[in-house]
Amino acid sequence: MSVPAEKKEKVSVPFDYNKYLRPNKLPHIWCPGCGHGIVLKAMLRAIDKTGFDKNDICVISGIGCSSRTPGYVDFNTLHTLHGRALSFATGVKFANPKLKVIVVTGDGDALAIGGNHFIHTCRRNIDLTVLVFTNATYGMTGGQYSPTTPMGSQATTSRYGSIEPPFDACEMAKASGASFVARGTAYHTLELEKTIHEAIMHKGTSVVDIIDACPTYYGRANKFKSATHMMEVIEKENTVNVKQADKLPPEKLEGKFLRGVLHKIEKPEYCEQYESIVMEKAKAK
Amino acid sequence: MADAAKKLPNIVINEKFCKGCSICVDFCPTDVLEMRGTCVAVKNLEACTRCQLCDLRCPDFAIQVFG
Repeated sequence: MSVPAEKKEKVSVPFDYNKYLRPNKLPHIWCPGCGHGIVLKAMLRAIDKTGFDKNDICVISGIGCSSRTPGYVDFNTLHTLHGRALSFATGVKFANPKLKVIVVTGDGDALAIGGNHFIHTCRRNIDLTVLVFTNATYGMTGGQYSPTTPMGSQATTSRYGSIEPPFDACEMAKASGASFVARGTAYHTLELEKTIHEAIMHKGTSVVDIIDACPTYYGRANKFKSATHMMEVIEKENTVNVKQADKLPPEKLEGKFLRGVLHKIEKPEYCEQYESIVMEKAKAK
Repeated sequence: MADAAKKLPNIVINEKFCKGCSICVDFCPTDVLEMRGTCVAVKNLEACTRCQLCDLRCPDFAIQVFG
C-alpha cells in the first residue's frame, strides 16, 4: 500500500538484435511460425551475454532451412556443404583456435548426411558449439522424414507413418564422447538462452539439441492446427526439465525428452593437445 | 492519481517483417494482441504487463515492447 506507484512500474528494455544482424538480408526466408527464428534470437542473446567481440565468433552451417542462419548474422560466417559443416568448423578452429566457433545445423544435416562427421567431432572433443535444430523433417526439400521423425508420424515419404525408430541426438553425442550435451526447445526460450550460453563457454565439443517446430511440412502432415499448437504439444508437453525429472514417477517420463544440461565432463581438448605436442617438439629442437 | 500517472508501454510492430503466424497473439498472457488480416495489431494496450513474451517468441523480429 505504501509503495509509491512509480516503484511498482517495470520498464521494458528490449534486446537490440540489430547489432548482430545483417538488416539488408531480412525478413528471413523461414515460413510463418517456424521455430528457427526463435532459436536464432536465443542464440544472439546468448552470444551477447558471453561478451565476445563480433570478430571473435564464427558461425558455420551446412545446407538446410536452419543452415540459412549464417546469412542473417553479422559475425564471421561460412555456408558450406551438406552435412560437412563440422569438417569446415574443425578446420577453422584448428587454423585459428582463438575463434569461438558455433556450428548451426539441422537434424538431417547433422545426423544423417553428416552423421559420420558428427560422431568424430564429438570423439575428438574439439572446442566447437554445435546447435542441432531438430524439427523432425527435411523442410527445404519438401518434408521428407528425417532421422529424428518419431515413429508413426507422417511425412511426404512416409504416407502411412514412419516405421523407422528415431535417433536421440543427445544420446549419440554422449556415446561419441562430447563433453557437453544439452537439450532445449524453442518454446522455453529463456532456458534455451542459458543453455546455449553455457555451451559456448564450455571448453570442448558442446552439443545442444534444440527441438523446434516445422508448421509447414511436419505440422500440416500430422494434423497440427497451428504453429502455437505444435509448440504446445511437441515442445511444452513432450519435454521435462532434467531437474524436475528426478521427482516425477517413471510413467510420467515415458516418451518424453529431457531438457537442460544432460552431460558435462572435463576432458582434454583437441587444439590444446595439439599445441602441447608442438611446444614439446619445438623445445626438443 | 496513480492510474492517471500510469505510463503505457510502446509496442512496436514491424509490419514488413510480420508473417502472421499468430504465436505472439496466442501466447500473450493478458490478451493484448490480435490478428488483423495477416498482421498482428494491438487490441488492448492497457492490459500489457511488459512481460516481453511476444518479443521472445516472435520468430520474425517483428514485435518489441519499449517503455
